[in-house]
Amino acid sequence: MNRIVARRVIATIHAFKVPTRGLTSAQQNSENKEKLGSVNGNDQYDIAIVGGGMVGMALACALSSSPLTKKLSVAIIDSNPALGKEVNVKNDDLPDPRVSTVTPASISFFKDIGAWQYVMQHRHAYFDAMQVWDYTGLGYTRYTASDVDADILGCVVENKVLHSSLLSCLQNTDFQKIIYPSRLTKMVVQPNTPTKGIDSSCSRMAKLELSDGQSLFAKLVVGADGGKSHVRELARIKTTGWNYSQNAIVCTVKHTVENHCAWQRFLPSGPIALLPIGDEFSNIVWTMIPKEATERKSMSEDDFVKAVNHALHDGYGPNPQSNSLGYSGDYSWEVPPKVVELASERMVFPLSLKHANEYAVNRVVLIGDAAHTVHPLAGQGVNLGFGDACALSKIIADGIAVGADLGELSLLKKYEAERKPANIMMTAILDGFQKAYSVDLGPFNVLRAAAFQAVQYISPLKRNIISYATGQQKWPLFF
Amino acid sequence: MASKLLKLTKFINTSSKKISKVSIFSASHIIQTRPFSDTPQKVPNTTTSSVPPFHEKNYSLDGAKKPISSSLNPVELAKFSAIAETWWDPQGPFKPLHIMNPTRLSFIRSTLCRHFRKNPHSARPFEGLKIIDVGCGGGILSEPLARMGATVTGIDAVDKNIKIARLHAESDPVTSSIEYCCTTAEKLVEEQRKFDVVIALEVIEHVAEPAEFCKSLASLTVPHGATLISTINRSMRSYATAIVAAEYLLQWLPKGTHQWSSFLTPEELVLILNRASISVQEMAGFVYNPLTGRWALSDDISVNFIAFSTKNSE
Repeated sequence: MNRIVARRVIATIHAFKVPTRGLTSAQQNSENKEKLGSVNGNDQYDIAIVGGGMVGMALACALSSSPLTKKLSVAIIDSNPALGKEVNVKNDDLPDPRVSTVTPASISFFKDIGAWQYVMQHRHAYFDAMQVWDYTGLGYTRYTASDVDADILGCVVENKVLHSSLLSCLQNTDFQKIIYPSRLTKMVVQPNTPTKGIDSSCSRMAKLELSDGQSLFAKLVVGADGGKSHVRELARIKTTGWNYSQNAIVCTVKHTVENHCAWQRFLPSGPIALLPIGDEFSNIVWTMIPKEATERKSMSEDDFVKAVNHALHDGYGPNPQSNSLGYSGDYSWEVPPKVVELASERMVFPLSLKHANEYAVNRVVLIGDAAHTVHPLAGQGVNLGFGDACALSKIIADGIAVGADLGELSLLKKYEAERKPANIMMTAILDGFQKAYSVDLGPFNVLRAAAFQAVQYISPLKRNIISYATGQQKWPLFF
Repeated sequence: MASKLLKLTKFINTSSKKISKVSIFSASHIIQTRPFSDTPQKVPNTTTSSVPPFHEKNYSLDGAKKPISSSLNPVELAKFSAIAETWWDPQGPFKPLHIMNPTRLSFIRSTLCRHFRKNPHSARPFEGLKIIDVGCGGGILSEPLARMGATVTGIDAVDKNIKIARLHAESDPVTSSIEYCCTTAEKLVEEQRKFDVVIALEVIEHVAEPAEFCKSLASLTVPHGATLISTINRSMRSYATAIVAAEYLLQWLPKGTHQWSSFLTPEELVLILNRASISVQEMAGFVYNPLTGRWALSDDISVNFIAFSTKNSE
């Protein structure tokens, strides 16, 4: 009898399609929730996404956009109150210092899931050139989009714009999702083989307990809860990594002209990057030792602007000679635009490298920073996360096509096999760059400069590096 | 196609004359006794027709069966009963089946969606289809079929398998609707049960009497319904891969899981299905890629293969 009732309930779920406009919070929508089926008063979902940040929301959007996955019931667990509200990012606000460099690969992912149109309605800055040089003045590389027959190399977008675009995208679908405005406190995953004596009706679900006393069941738990992932900790997944004993100062600055190029200069203490963010504004990510970071954070605004101009142009060493090898025009070294004003607070973040030893265990999978935290060089971090979300949504769709249990380890391991080697490669490259510039020795500087010159003047190599860095190509060089 | 089959029948007939020195039997009988197999066989008795090898139940002349009669092989049943509890252990004795499962299901999905005109982009394309999984084991095929929307009946002659399957299916509300029975295809035929789709994957090679088994599968299928059978070819390569490599070298399967001589070639399968008024529409092979550790569908049917067939109208 019980079984028949259960069957009916399930049938209703599948027949019942609520056009939920706007994200509904769990409390507001208890009526809707009952329709999702519950066991012992607890809610059951196909997928629980822990962490509704950029990567978690990107996964939800990706799931809502594919015909095979759009009928899944999804719970999003995040205590961020912004998730339940109407999206409201004003275009005339000063740019937020927290920005991401979105690669062409991530842009096409956003287009596929229908979120890029919302990004376009807000401030964003495409760039088609990139200049990398170092303080020794020995070498430089200037990349342009035309090197790879592309229109752009990337787009700099404020994180809040990316996040709100994903939210708007999700609100305009009738995807079944419930937001739990709470934090995860406990996670119980039963072993896969059935054992007599346990509550069999939920044994193939992970049980999640929340800080507000609610609990829910999900076939698959996705940890998208960032570098300090609680899901990773509760699933007892170990990590490998180290702190760089470096901090990054992040802020918005103003020029007198509009910037269309991404600039990065390697200094003895770490790189400084100047990224266009639109309307004569740029974003600064400046890496240095923690002591310096504290000093520069507290110095006067005028002194800070001077220090930035010093670091980008006239300090630390000579500028590279642009036509030493007879190159000119598009490829010659250029002076970055002068910074005239500080336009936001200065934020300081510690840098670290962290990589989860496993991305998937039974019923639990990690995406984004929960799986890998990389050096912010070249702005690759969030792009790796979007790559994870894209890969995971495809693998879930493949699983549904063949009737797989979504939490099945063999399915989740396919995601790990696809993403882990690629992420490790990028992590290692960025770490290598960091290490290359943590040494200041004459002969080493020349070698480094020679590497720069090689990249600048050997075009297949240059094309290869650009395609890899922009996410068009999964492996660098000859892999 | 028809002429090819005819030639094949002739070939089987003539060669069997040479080997078993029996000249007056019908082709169907010859297939049942498998003149090509290298295992010792009973010399057919000319007075009682069709007494197949290994078969311990008595068949009367008219083919009527005793109650638990079936095309099953008791030795095979004991073999599976011994490892029933490991069905759902992805690293256990049934690991090869777990790895192969998505590939088999994608073939089933595409052929059934086409035949029954179901939307291939739906998450539950099999809604409204009654499917029986013959030889369901622990339910590793029945459960995905149920998730794809089918009304599933799983049967297995090993009682332990059915218990494991039920226990496992109950832990998920979507699969708890599967009807599991410890019974045989023959018994359900007697009960006059009918299904839109009859699936027997990796079963026929464990059956003593494949021709009888196929007749039962045919009787369970509604007219214009579909029958899917997968098995292992009886080829040199299958001996090398399915027995030597899988059982002895890689030890994926317990030794003695398969008897090479009980394997059917695709031609033999087409023939015996044809005699049961089922026409094979499509065949595909499964090939294993040792680098990725995954199975893929292919045209190569020399080892593992699956046949999609439809039942002719009566």
